[in-house]
Amino acid sequence: MTDISQSGPMLAADGTPLKRSLARALRMQKLRALMLIAPLLLFILLTFILPVADMLYRSVDNRIVQDVLPRTIEALEDWDPGSNQLPEEAAFAALAADLKDAANAKTHTKVAKRLNYENPGIASVFRKSGRKVKKWDVENDGPYREKLIELNDGWGDVDLWKTIKTYSGVRTAGYFLNAVDMKLGADGAEVRPENERIYNTLLIRTMRMSLIITFSCILLGYPVAWLLANLPASKANLLLILVLLPFWTSLLVRTSAWKILLQQQGVINDTLVWIGLVDDANRLVLINNELGTIIAMTHILLPFMILPMYSVMQTINPTYMRAAKSMGATDWTAFWRVYFPQSVPGIGAGSILVFILAVGYYITPALVGGTKGTFISNLIAYHISTSGNWGLGAALGAILLAVVLLLYWVYDKIVGIDNVKLG
Amino acid sequence: MSALPPYASTGQRAWYYSFRVICGLIFFFLIAPIVVIIPLSFNAQDFFTFTPEMLRLDPEGFSLKHYRNFFGDDSWQTSMWNSLKIAPMATIVSVTFGTLAAIGLSQPHVPFRRAIMAILISPMIVPLIISAAGMYFFYSRIGLQGTYMGVVLAHAALGIPFVIITVTATLVGFDRSLTRAAANMGADPVTTFFRIQMPLIMPGVISGGLFAFITSFDEVVVVLFVGSAGQRTLPWQMFTGLREQISPTILAVATILVAISIMLLATVEMLRRRSERLRGMSPT
Repeated sequence: MTDISQSGPMLAADGTPLKRSLARALRMQKLRALMLIAPLLLFILLTFILPVADMLYRSVDNRIVQDVLPRTIEALEDWDPGSNQLPEEAAFAALAADLKDAANAKTHTKVAKRLNYENPGIASVFRKSGRKVKKWDVENDGPYREKLIELNDGWGDVDLWKTIKTYSGVRTAGYFLNAVDMKLGADGAEVRPENERIYNTLLIRTMRMSLIITFSCILLGYPVAWLLANLPASKANLLLILVLLPFWTSLLVRTSAWKILLQQQGVINDTLVWIGLVDDANRLVLINNELGTIIAMTHILLPFMILPMYSVMQTINPTYMRAAKSMGATDWTAFWRVYFPQSVPGIGAGSILVFILAVGYYITPALVGGTKGTFISNLIAYHISTSGNWGLGAALGAILLAVVLLLYWVYDKIVGIDNVKLG
Repeated sequence: MSALPPYASTGQRAWYYSFRVICGLIFFFLIAPIVVIIPLSFNAQDFFTFTPEMLRLDPEGFSLKHYRNFFGDDSWQTSMWNSLKIAPMATIVSVTFGTLAAIGLSQPHVPFRRAIMAILISPMIVPLIISAAGMYFFYSRIGLQGTYMGVVLAHAALGIPFVIITVTATLVGFDRSLTRAAANMGADPVTTFFRIQMPLIMPGVISGGLFAFITSFDEVVVVLFVGSAGQRTLPWQMFTGLREQISPTILAVATILVAISIMLLATVEMLRRRSERLRGMSPT
């Protein structure tokens, strides 16, 4: 033991200065905390973050053109697409050589598919020529310009060469431009003609419907949260179970319940006919449209609105309301000027959460949305699993993810992710 | 609002009761769709609506036919077993990693705590279709696509945010002097963890586990992409059933799932109250 009365730096039990000893202890503590977190962080990075990042890269990945047609791209380097002239013989010769190798390796259909997204019709030119070119003797047969055009007059089209030149880079913005209804022309981005625009419509519809769902959740959630927060705890806990039960019930159960209830021959229409509100002949169409999606999703997401509102309202001191009333405020003024502003953080937290969840929904719109009530997620799923245009699916996904992450960041700033509560 | 004062005016009285009616209707909206499928599942006919016999409470109108279909049908049974094989494994993985990390995160000095937290919670926030597509591409590249292991890992990742949230919430009220006292009396960190910390945070760990279980048990989108026919789960079967021709057997399945949810909810609520009582936070 060191003598406490001695001068100089204060020492720890083992003789090192206390300051250094404490710093070491702190370092050890930090290290230990990180060691505990490390396995999970690694796990999430490998099973989740990396896959998502990998998919996002697909939205700009364009290596296929470079890989399959390297000689053609090199030969096209000096060609000016603005001249509206076909490229020189050298480019045709390079293309013939590339096409022959590609046809042998069976990669020409892949590049054909890629370029076909940008200029429909290219695929058949590539595919038809690939079969023939395979048999050519590239060294000696020539000249190729006439020969290729004779084989398929598609090669005489300047637009085809422009497309190859435009999409020759290793990375492309093409998919993203497609995702916002634009395309990459020879001289930069241009807007697609009106009749080809679908993605913007869908993006806007997704946003609009998510907003409607969020607002209906606020409208339905606020009174319930208020009631829960102002009832004695024992009653509130009982009612809270009514909110938590839907939260715990399988999403598919809830969606199938709505699918069954909203049918034209379903319980809701039957009841309305029985009461006499609706004529048997014109039963309401409640499903396979926007309305069906909105009803079902409001129901599914309502607990995510009520719970954050409830936890904020619980902290509002009832004496403020009483004070306002004692000073002559009417019930409405007291609520609107005193209570409501204090409950806004709860509304904010719930709204962001509901909106984030709504924007990315897939299952419910797919099942009850029909064609009019689908979301951007459904189109992403279509491109990934059915159409095979992975790049476009990834670009749409990247846009959706950007929206969600922005809101996530806002949520973290306002509420803090630590404060997310589950029941 | 808790009680109407005796001096309330007629207008206030009217508003008080109409407000309660409005709230009642909203509660009805929340619960009715779930409750209504339970009687419908006992329908003797293949209809999705109440038959006149059912409304008359005639025993003829009710039957267990849809339940027999569910338990007698091979594809439903396989999918149920697949779900029961995948969900517990995914739960074990997320609870093990999640609890360790939650303990690490609730230490007083953690560098980059906010950023780490944001990453760990992200599987809950990122739209499922994006996670599913990403996992589909990445897992096919490393040979996990269409395997049991792949689905388990994917579901474990999705369940982790829930474990982190519930366990860190339990640790917020944890009294650190208890572990210090244990160490003071000569217990090594492992003993301290298992004998002191673990029993106290157990309610949080179990509810986190239940959340992770239900996440995996309910999950459709990721399993559609990452799984193959061999991993066809119950939700998958329901999803295709709802998409193609909808069979009333779904009502029986839905009722069984609702019963499971009620059991899980009851367990979680009980644990939450117990944990609050133990920590002296219980509301009266």
